[in-house]
Amino acid sequence: MARKMYRDAVRDTIFEEMKRDPNVVVLGEDVVGGMGTAGGPEAIGGIWSTSGGFYEAFGPDRVIDTPISESAIVGAAGGLALSGKRPIAELMFADFIGVSLDQIWNQIAKFRYMFGGKTKCPAIIRCIYGAGYNAAAQHSQSPHGILTGMPGLKVVMPSTPADVAGLMRQAIRDDDPVIFMEHKALYGMKGEVPDDPDFTIPFGHARLTRAGQDVTILATGMMVGMAEGAADKLAEDGIGADVIDLRTTSPLDEEAILDSVEVTGRLVIVDEAPPRCSLATDLAAIVANKAFASLKAPIEMVTAPHTPIPFARELESAYLPNPDKIEAAVRKALAYN
Amino acid sequence: MQLSREDLLESYRRMKIIRDFEDFLHDEIAKGEIAGFTHLYAGQEAVAVGVCEHLSDDDKIVSTHRGHGHCLAKGCDVEGMMKEIWGSREGLCKGKGGSMHIADVDKGMLGANGIVGAGAPIAVGAAIAAKIDGKDENGNLKVSIAFSGDGACNQGTTFEAMNMAVVTHAPAIFVFENNHYSEHTGFEYAVGTDKDIASRAEAFGMKVWRADGTDFSAVHDTMREVLEYVRAGNGPAAVEFDTERFYGHFEGDPQRYRAKGELDRIRAERDCIKKFRETVTEAKLLEGADLDKIDAEVASRIEKAVESARSAERPTAEDVLVDVYIDY
Repeated sequence: MARKMYRDAVRDTIFEEMKRDPNVVVLGEDVVGGMGTAGGPEAIGGIWSTSGGFYEAFGPDRVIDTPISESAIVGAAGGLALSGKRPIAELMFADFIGVSLDQIWNQIAKFRYMFGGKTKCPAIIRCIYGAGYNAAAQHSQSPHGILTGMPGLKVVMPSTPADVAGLMRQAIRDDDPVIFMEHKALYGMKGEVPDDPDFTIPFGHARLTRAGQDVTILATGMMVGMAEGAADKLAEDGIGADVIDLRTTSPLDEEAILDSVEVTGRLVIVDEAPPRCSLATDLAAIVANKAFASLKAPIEMVTAPHTPIPFARELESAYLPNPDKIEAAVRKALAYN
Repeated sequence: MQLSREDLLESYRRMKIIRDFEDFLHDEIAKGEIAGFTHLYAGQEAVAVGVCEHLSDDDKIVSTHRGHGHCLAKGCDVEGMMKEIWGSREGLCKGKGGSMHIADVDKGMLGANGIVGAGAPIAVGAAIAAKIDGKDENGNLKVSIAFSGDGACNQGTTFEAMNMAVVTHAPAIFVFENNHYSEHTGFEYAVGTDKDIASRAEAFGMKVWRADGTDFSAVHDTMREVLEYVRAGNGPAAVEFDTERFYGHFEGDPQRYRAKGELDRIRAERDCIKKFRETVTEAKLLEGADLDKIDAEVASRIEKAVESARSAERPTAEDVLVDVYIDY
C-alpha cells in the first residue's frame, strides 16, 4: 500500500497503464501545458496536476495537447478508439460536456449498437466535476445524471484514492466507453492505494463504507464523505446507518441497494446535483418499485436545489448537501411511523 | 495519369453499383417498402469512387447522412447494406443502424453519420491513430478521410476538426462535396466565405485542391496528388469537389427549391457516369459494349440484393437489448 492523494492516484494509474499498453493515449486541453510558449512543454503539466511527466515519458504522439475544442477532443477520442487505440480524453471541467455532447451522446455512446455490435469503443472521457471551489454556475456542476441516462456509456464516480486507482485501471482496460467523473474538491484527499499493478475494481459493485441496521444512505463522489460524517454523528446516538458508495452509476449495483433497504426499511439518497430527473429520483424510483414492501417511511432525498450553482461562499454552502442536512433527513425518516 | 483498362472498368462498375443501388431505393421507398429516412447519393458517384479507389482497408473514412456511396466505394457488402436498409437482422449492422448509420470498421468505414458535421472530429482521431502507427516500409502513412458536404462545412465541429488536424499534423483529408444544397438551402446563401469552401481549409493552414466532382478522372487524379502529399507526412489537406445531387435532401423531398428544368439540365450536362462513358468511349479506352455488359451485370446484382433483402430474416424484440455494451 502507498499513501497518496486522489489526484496522484489518477495520474499514477494512467502513467502505469501507458507504460503497460502502448495503445493508451491521452488528449485534452493543457494536458501537457505550456506548448507553444517560452516556458515550453510541461511548463504546467496539466492544470489539475494529473498528467505531470507524461509528455517527457511518452512524447507528443501519445500525449496530445489539444486546442480548446471539446467537440474535437471527444470526437478524436472516438476516432482513436475505433482505430485500435485506448484514448483517455480530459474535459478540464465536466461542465464542458455541453460543448461536446453530440460526440459523447450521439457518437461514442452509440457506435457499438448502431454498428450492430461489430466494433468496440474503448474511450475514456475524464470529467472533472463538482462544487466546493466557488467556481460558480459553469465550472462546478455534477452532470452525472444526464450521462447516466445515456445507454452505451458507463459512468464512474470514485470517492477515494484507492477507488480512483482500481476504477481507473478498470476503465482503461474496459472495452466500452467510460465517463470517469473526478471530483475536483477530492483531488487533495489522501488515502491508502494498493501497489498491485493489476489492481482493478469491477464496475457495478457498490462499496459499503459504514454498516448499520436503521437506515440506508446512498451517495457518490464527495457526497460519500458527507454521508459518513452524518453516519458517524448518528452512531453517537445509537443510530446505525448503512452508507453505500455506489462507485458507478452505470452499471448500477441495484442488489446492494435493495438488500440494504430490505433490512433498514428507510432510505436517504444524497446527490450533489439538482433534484429533477436526477440520479436521486432514479434511485428513489428503483427502490419504490422494487422494494416497496420493505419501506417503512417515505424516501428522503438530500440534493442541491433546482437552481444554477451560485458563486458566493455563503450561497454555495447553502446550495450543497452537507452532513447536517443528511443527519436531519435521516432523523426525519426515522421519525416517520 | 491514365488508368489501365481493368481499373477503368472497375471504377465504372463501382460508380454504376452506387447509381443503381440508389435508383432502386428511390423506387422502393416510393412504394413504401422501407422504413425511416433515406438520403440518396446518386449524382455524386465520381467523388466516392475517385477518392476510395486510392484507399486500402487500413485507410479510414468517416461518412455523412448521405453515406451509401461512400460505403459502397469503400467496399461494404452490397447485400449486407441492402439488408440493413430493409432493417433485417442479417444486415451489415443487424438492423440497428439503417441507412444513416451503415458502418464496416474492418473495411475502414467508420460509419455514415446522422449528425451533419459530426464526422470530421472522428476522422481526425483516426488520423492521429494513423500518425501514431507511423509510416509503412514504403514511407507512407495510412490516412483518414472526412467526407463533408456544403452543409457540414458550416458546423463548428468541422472547424475544430480542421484546426486540430493542423495542430496535430495528422494525416487527415477533408473532402468537401459541394452539391450546392444543404438540406433545402442553397450553397450561395449558407456558405459565407465568397462561395468557396476550400478557402476555409486554406485559412486553417492546409494545402487545398479543387476539382470538378462530376469528372471522374479529375477526381481520381486530384486525389492521387492529395494522397501522395498526405501519406508522405506533410500533415492534413483538403479538397473541394463541385458535384450534383440528383435526388432531394431526403426521399419524399418535393424539391420545390430547384430551378425550373434544373434536374433535367444537371442530368444532361453534369452526370458523372454519362460523362465517364462518353470520355472513355470517345478516347477508345473502352468499348460501349464493355460498359453495357457492366450495366447489365450491376442491374441484376442490385435486383438480387433487393430480393434477398425482402426475404431476409427480421430482427426480434430480444435483439433490442443486445450490443449496447460489451460487458455490463
